[in-house]
Amino acid sequence: MDTIAVEEELNPASWRDGKRYAWLLGLIVPLLPFIAWAYVELTGRGIFWWWGPILVFGIFSLLDAIVGMDAENPPDSVIKWLEQDRYYRWCTYVFIPVQYAGLVFACWLWSSGDLSTVGQIGLAFTMAMVSGIAINTAHELGHKRASLERWLSKVALAQSGYGHFFIEHNRGHHVRVATPEDPASARLGESFWAFLPRTAWGSLRSSWELECERLRRTGGGPWTWKNDILNAWAMTVVLYAALIAAFGWVVLPYLLLQSVVGASLLEVVNYLEHYGLLRSRREDGRYELTRPEHSWNSNNVASNVLLYHLQRHSDHHANPTRRYQALRHMDDAPQLPTGYAGMIVLALVPPVWRRVMDHRLLEHYEGDVTRTNIQPRARRRVLKRYGGGTGAGAVA
Amino acid sequence: MSATQTTQKWICESCGFIYDPMDGDPDGGIPPGTAFEDIPETWFCPVCGARKRDFVPHED
Repeated sequence: MDTIAVEEELNPASWRDGKRYAWLLGLIVPLLPFIAWAYVELTGRGIFWWWGPILVFGIFSLLDAIVGMDAENPPDSVIKWLEQDRYYRWCTYVFIPVQYAGLVFACWLWSSGDLSTVGQIGLAFTMAMVSGIAINTAHELGHKRASLERWLSKVALAQSGYGHFFIEHNRGHHVRVATPEDPASARLGESFWAFLPRTAWGSLRSSWELECERLRRTGGGPWTWKNDILNAWAMTVVLYAALIAAFGWVVLPYLLLQSVVGASLLEVVNYLEHYGLLRSRREDGRYELTRPEHSWNSNNVASNVLLYHLQRHSDHHANPTRRYQALRHMDDAPQLPTGYAGMIVLALVPPVWRRVMDHRLLEHYEGDVTRTNIQPRARRRVLKRYGGGTGAGAVA
Repeated sequence: MSATQTTQKWICESCGFIYDPMDGDPDGGIPPGTAFEDIPETWFCPVCGARKRDFVPHED
C-alpha cells in the first residue's frame, strides 16, 4: 500500500480520474433551451419545449437506475493534486456564460410570438431546470475562498433571484444542519409541500439576520451595497430589467415562473439531503459536530455528473471547501435508494416518499424514532406509528 | 516553536471546518505552515464565518 502511495505522490497521473471528461456533461443543463429548440425544429412537436423537465425527471431518473453507481474514491495522496488541477474549475466557470446565453435565447423565443402558451410555459419550466441547477453551480463556487469564484457564485444565482442563498447556505445551513433550527433540513413527517414554505421563508429571514449581524460587527447598518444579499439581489434586478428592456414585458411572467420553479428545484434537493436526520445534543447543550451519518448520499453516476458530486453530501459537510472532483463516497453514510433525479420525483408525491424513506430513516436509527428530527405537528402521529422509543429521547 | 504547535489542528465548533496548519488557508491570507496561534484575530472560518474563539484543538 505504501509503495503505491509514494508512486502516486511522485506521479499523480498514475491514478486516472474515470469521471474527468464526464464532468463536461454538466454543460447539457445550460444548453437545455438550445436543445429544446433544436428538437422542436427537427420534429415540429411543441412538447419538446418541455425538454428540461423531461430530461431531468424522466431520462435522468432512468439513467440513474441503468448506469448505476460509482463508489470509487481518489486515494488520499492524490486529493491535493486533484483539487489544484484547474481543468475542473473551468468546467464550472464555463457553465455561467452558457447559462446566460440560454436565458437571452429563451427571452428571444418568449418574445417572438411563435410559441403557443403551453409552449411558452414549457420553455419556462425548461429554464427553471437551468435556474435551479445553476444554484448548485453557485453552491460549488460559493464555498471557495477566491473572490472571483465567490463573485461568479452570485452571478449564477442572479437568474433565480436566490442571491441570499450565498449567505444562508455557508453561514446558516452548514452551522445548523440536521437540527430542527435549520430551515433547510427536512423533518420526519414533513412533506415536501410543507417544507417548501418553511425553508423558503426561513432561509430568507435567517440570511437577513446573519448579514445584519455581520454588518453590525463592522459598525454599519444593513442598508448598504456592502450587504451581500442586497448586492446579489441587485444583480437579479439589473438582469431582469435588461431582459425586459431588450425583449419587452412579455418575458416577465416567464422569468418569474422559471425563478420560482428553479428555486423550488433547489429546495426539493435540500429536502432529500437531510430528511429526518438529527444531530444529538451534547451535555453542554450544543449539538454534536456534523458527521457522515447526518446526510443522505447517493452514488448514482448519472445524477452525480449532472450535479458536480453534490450527492456525496456527507463528505461535503465534513469538508465544505473541498472541490467537487475530490469528494468521496463514505461507507458509513446513509444512502438514498436512487439518485437525486428519481428521489425528487418521489418527494413530490408525499405518500410514496413516506413509504420509500421513512423505514430507511428508522433503520438508520435502529428503530428508535425519538432519535430523528420530527416535524412537531406530526409528532403524535409519528410516535404512534413508529413507537415511543427508548430512554432519553422518549416523550413523557 | 514546538513541533506540536505547528502541527496541531483546530476545529470550528460552529460548522466543523478543520484548520490544518500544514495547509494553512492561502485564499484567506494564511500561508501553509502557519500555527493556529499565529493567525491574526481578524481571521474567520472560511466556511461559516465564525471567529478564532469558536475553534478548539482537534485530534484525529
